[in-house]
Amino acid sequence: MTLKLFTLLLEAALKTLGISLVSIAIGFVIAMLLSAAIQSGKSIYLLPARLFISFFRGVPLLVQLLLIYTLLPVIGINVPGIVAAIVGLSLCTAAYQAENLRGGFASVPRGLVEAADVAGFNGIQTFLRIRAPIALRLTFPALVNEAIMILKASSLVSVVGIIEITKMAQDLASSTYMPIPIFASAALIYFVINSAIALLGGYAEKSLKGASA
Amino acid sequence: MMFDPQVIIQKLPEIGSGLFVTLWLWVAGVLGGVVAGFIVATARRFGGFVVNTLLGAVVEVLRGTPFLIQIFLLYYGGPFVGLMLDPIPCGLIGLTVYSAAYYSEVFRAGYASVPHGHVEAAECLGMTRLQTIARIQIPEMALIVLPPAINLAIILLKESAVLSIITVPELTATVSAIGSQQYAFLEAIFVLAVTYWIIVELTDRLGRQAEKRLSRLRFSKA
Repeated sequence: MTLKLFTLLLEAALKTLGISLVSIAIGFVIAMLLSAAIQSGKSIYLLPARLFISFFRGVPLLVQLLLIYTLLPVIGINVPGIVAAIVGLSLCTAAYQAENLRGGFASVPRGLVEAADVAGFNGIQTFLRIRAPIALRLTFPALVNEAIMILKASSLVSVVGIIEITKMAQDLASSTYMPIPIFASAALIYFVINSAIALLGGYAEKSLKGASA
Repeated sequence: MMFDPQVIIQKLPEIGSGLFVTLWLWVAGVLGGVVAGFIVATARRFGGFVVNTLLGAVVEVLRGTPFLIQIFLLYYGGPFVGLMLDPIPCGLIGLTVYSAAYYSEVFRAGYASVPHGHVEAAECLGMTRLQTIARIQIPEMALIVLPPAINLAIILLKESAVLSIITVPELTATVSAIGSQQYAFLEAIFVLAVTYWIIVELTDRLGRQAEKRLSRLRFSKA
């Protein structure tokens, strides 16, 4: 295990990090839309949102990625592999994040929502300014957990040929014939990134608590 | 490209055998993980500082790294340390170790949820530690532990699809192979997704039923 190999792994780790962060961000936006659909209480919005959440939480991510890879060209969309990978990860994490947010939305005090109504906020304003920020603050620890899950899950996009850290490790392991040090280094890099996310998340959580007090 | 169910119907026996491998790997992995996880959680609770710290570090590493990397280490790295494993035993060991790490955390929370006074009361009555665990701590934590344990089982079912990458002939591997042999990718992956979805939904329902039963049992005795 030379320094050069480790540097290659670190470079690939940047790609892993990039894919994960973008997917979490897009997933968050979709999760908010799903939450809005569920909050609306109208079955035209509610049922598709429920179906979406159930499907993406019920099917292995690997199968979702394969499905998106196969489906996109069939319906005439030709995108680079990395876009398909990000789409897959985003849709999956959106379903999980929406499920987390559901708990948060359920614990928004009714009085606050009523007060917003009385103050003349319309439904969208109440959602954006009252419900969503409170739900987000309440479910922040779950969001940090989800970020860690997605970082680990992003290893699966290696299967569809994206050269992130897992794929890089696989290629290096087969070309150098040293699987143990290389996969162990890859594991170490994942572990360090995840620990950093957990640590930063902990700090952010504390400062959020400070802000609400 | 037309959706042609004929391909799938012809290959039902093969799909069935893949499903069978997935199901038994899953059940064995979960059961093994529950037993090993409980032992780890118990050892961490009663084994003193050194045991707790060491096992805690192992659990953190297993939880902080992707399952795929762990499987690669075991499957490709194993032969270098004299551990030649076929795909299926390798998958089973990998799945069990991975699930044990997560289940140990579930049981750790379970132990923490049992009121200290109950354990002290058991000690005062002269129960041994094993008796206390079997008669007080396990029954009391059961209701707390069940929902996350079911959730974890569902996560592990989905994680088992990853084993297709090291050529374990489970559902994902079998069905995607059929897809590429028959040029019926979309049909194959559609069947795959729906099959997993059904198993997950069923497990979820079953889990909720079990939860209801358990809570009735518990409160009727109280």
